[in-house]
Amino acid sequence: MDIVYYLVQNMLPVAIPLLLVALGGMFSERSGVINIGLEGIMLFGAYFGALFVYNVQGTSMGPQTILLLGMLIAGIAGFLYSLLLSFAAVSMKANQVISGTALNMMIPAAVLLFSKMFFNSDGITTNKNFYIREIPILGDIPVIGQLFFQRTYLTVIIGFVFLAIATIVLYKTRFGLRLRACGEHPHAADSVGINVYKMRYAGVSISGVLAGIGGYFYSVGVMDGNVNGHTGVAGFGFLALAVMIFGQWKPIRIMFAALFFAFLRTLAYSVSLIPFLFNLGINQTYYKMLPYLATMLVLALTSKKSRAPKAEGIPYDKSQR
Amino acid sequence: MENYIVEMLNITKEFPGIIANDDITLKLKKGEIHALLGENGAGKSTLMSVLFGLYQAEKGIIKMNGKEVKINNPNDANALGIGMVHQHFKLVEVFTVLENIILGVEPNKMGFLQESEAKEKVLYLSEKYGLKVNPDALIEDISVGMQQRVEILKMLYRDNEILIFDEPTAVLTPQEIKELLKIMKDLANEGKSILFITHKLNEIMEVSDRCTVLRKGKYMGTVDVKDTTKEELSRMMVGRDITFTVEKEEAKPKDVVLSIKNMTVASKIHKNNAIRDVSFDVRAGEIVCLAGIDGNGQTEFVHALTGLEKLVSGSIKLCGKDISRSSIRQRSMGGMSHIPEDRHKHGLVLDYTLEENLVLQRYWQKQFQNNGFIKFGEVRKYAEDLIERFDIRSGQGPETITRSMSGGNQQKAIIAREIDKEHELLVAVQPTRGLDVGAIEYIHKQLVDRRDAGKAVLLISLELDEVMNVSDRILVIYEGEIVGELNPKETNVQELGLYMSGAKRNTSKEIKNEG
Repeated sequence: MDIVYYLVQNMLPVAIPLLLVALGGMFSERSGVINIGLEGIMLFGAYFGALFVYNVQGTSMGPQTILLLGMLIAGIAGFLYSLLLSFAAVSMKANQVISGTALNMMIPAAVLLFSKMFFNSDGITTNKNFYIREIPILGDIPVIGQLFFQRTYLTVIIGFVFLAIATIVLYKTRFGLRLRACGEHPHAADSVGINVYKMRYAGVSISGVLAGIGGYFYSVGVMDGNVNGHTGVAGFGFLALAVMIFGQWKPIRIMFAALFFAFLRTLAYSVSLIPFLFNLGINQTYYKMLPYLATMLVLALTSKKSRAPKAEGIPYDKSQR
Repeated sequence: MENYIVEMLNITKEFPGIIANDDITLKLKKGEIHALLGENGAGKSTLMSVLFGLYQAEKGIIKMNGKEVKINNPNDANALGIGMVHQHFKLVEVFTVLENIILGVEPNKMGFLQESEAKEKVLYLSEKYGLKVNPDALIEDISVGMQQRVEILKMLYRDNEILIFDEPTAVLTPQEIKELLKIMKDLANEGKSILFITHKLNEIMEVSDRCTVLRKGKYMGTVDVKDTTKEELSRMMVGRDITFTVEKEEAKPKDVVLSIKNMTVASKIHKNNAIRDVSFDVRAGEIVCLAGIDGNGQTEFVHALTGLEKLVSGSIKLCGKDISRSSIRQRSMGGMSHIPEDRHKHGLVLDYTLEENLVLQRYWQKQFQNNGFIKFGEVRKYAEDLIERFDIRSGQGPETITRSMSGGNQQKAIIAREIDKEHELLVAVQPTRGLDVGAIEYIHKQLVDRRDAGKAVLLISLELDEVMNVSDRILVIYEGEIVGELNPKETNVQELGLYMSGAKRNTSKEIKNEG
């Protein structure tokens, strides 16, 4: 049982960045814009979040307050960076994949450059500890308390709150309905007076905010508050795209997909604790390939059935009908 | 002085290289069905787009109830009570009927959707106007006819008073057309004013009160439908007399060109075979028509015949050679020309220029290429020749992007390409679909020309008039089988209808003996 607790406790902080970023990707693609720049936006958000933590870690602010404020800053950073994609892909009707790729290529280099300039290192190292041993009251609930409210991060709870909000926004609001219409049939949306460009800006911006926060949560929950220009976010942005596709662009399914990938990753890093796997004597490095192998497998198997928003990837042109 | 709800006065709208609307005036009375008639490319859709705010006119004004209004976008139009059913439906396929109807004008509290409220209104409207829909069904699961009812409900939900129907019957089955025309009459009786864009004269005669005719972007006049005839309308539309019957001499069938034996083709939709054990011949110098109601295997048959799909069993012989397993190119080189059912999907590369499309069947021939390099000069000369001979009209000649051309001229381009290449057999699948009377007449004439030039013509058609008029021999297809062979001179539309609906059939033995 302890192993189960251990796996779940370690899986959740890993799952949350995937979940948030995949939800971000979902909003973007549901509005009709492929956001392949999630990886870059994550790192951008993470960098500014960490920069904030670095600057305030000496003050008397409590760690959870810092975490929340950092989240805000990471979200804003992600939003601003994603405007580049919106501008290129929506206003200028550039190829979305190429624009997104440009976002990805720029950031690791910039992070390295600025880290070398200002910290004389490959990234930002912070010493704030955001770890929560046990959340009062909730942590005392048998089983559930142990699974979800002990040895965890605030990011986990925030992540699930975002999931709930995302689900409601997408399905229960006017905004969600219009957003989805723009990703499926922008001409239909336009003909009933919906501003397709505006909705697409909104979709990409939400993905920017969520990816920025996701990147920051990655640095908090997976990297102990550090950011590194070499490893970046370890392909989590791309993994999140896989999670999104596996989740069929639907929030709850995306959550399960995120948990699945996070579980594989946690398992891979916990082999030494699980006697059965450890005794197999396979080099542990192979286990670390698991989430990435699973991605390829899952995408290959589900791609035929998968149903992306119909108009995604196609710049909206009013005059073409 | 009469009261008009909408007046479009002296509208002029230009596009690069073409004046789409030249000084056009259209006045709509309240509660009338006003038809807007014209050939493809006459400027009907442009005029309506101006009214709906999709385009802005360079000259002219729009008045509503006597007051001048500016319509800069569909929102303005909507605010003025103008709604439009577009020719290609603007529906989100994965949304429900209800979601599509409310999209853009969603009832909400603080941004949260209030669907139950909307549903009540939709159900009330659908009851009132006899527009049967299931609000919770997904668009992709319902028939085209029902999708159109959703489009109409969209306008009614917005309390639109002026309803524009852009060629609404082009996509419907005869049964659905009947229903639609009745709905339109009901709407007019309720006080809605309807603008009905079409080029089908029968429909105009049946439902409309008045008719405005456009020709090549110019205003030809407005007439009261009860004081006019089909012939007069078509003369106004085309500028000359149109013959509704095809003039041709007795067919003189010669050698068998196409011989199909026991053809069976799988279906993509269901498990049964779409075409079962079909055999027949087509001879040089005759037009054989495969008639039937849509969806009885015609598409699969044509795909198997032309090589787009594989046969399950059976054989196809073209000029004595077995082509059952030949590639599409081999079939084409072997003498088969094909005017496909879906001209956008299988007929043209829409974003290529006209000249590129015209040379698609022969760009590899020595005449047009040298070691893999295309001789563009030759292509241009050839294209110009075809454009001249087949009277293909377009904005920029050979350099026109085919997507921007009108349906009739797109079809002419395909026909030019397919007829001008070496062929013994012409397979024409619904060649007149969606075209106006002028273009239909032209295409029928081309088919008869081919026959008289000693070629075999296989026509696949859903239009009873076309079947009766053009063919020399009718084969009726029903649920993937040939259920009857008829002589158009000895049969009538009623009998043909019985065969097509499966109510009557010759025994298969008879057919084989005759063939």
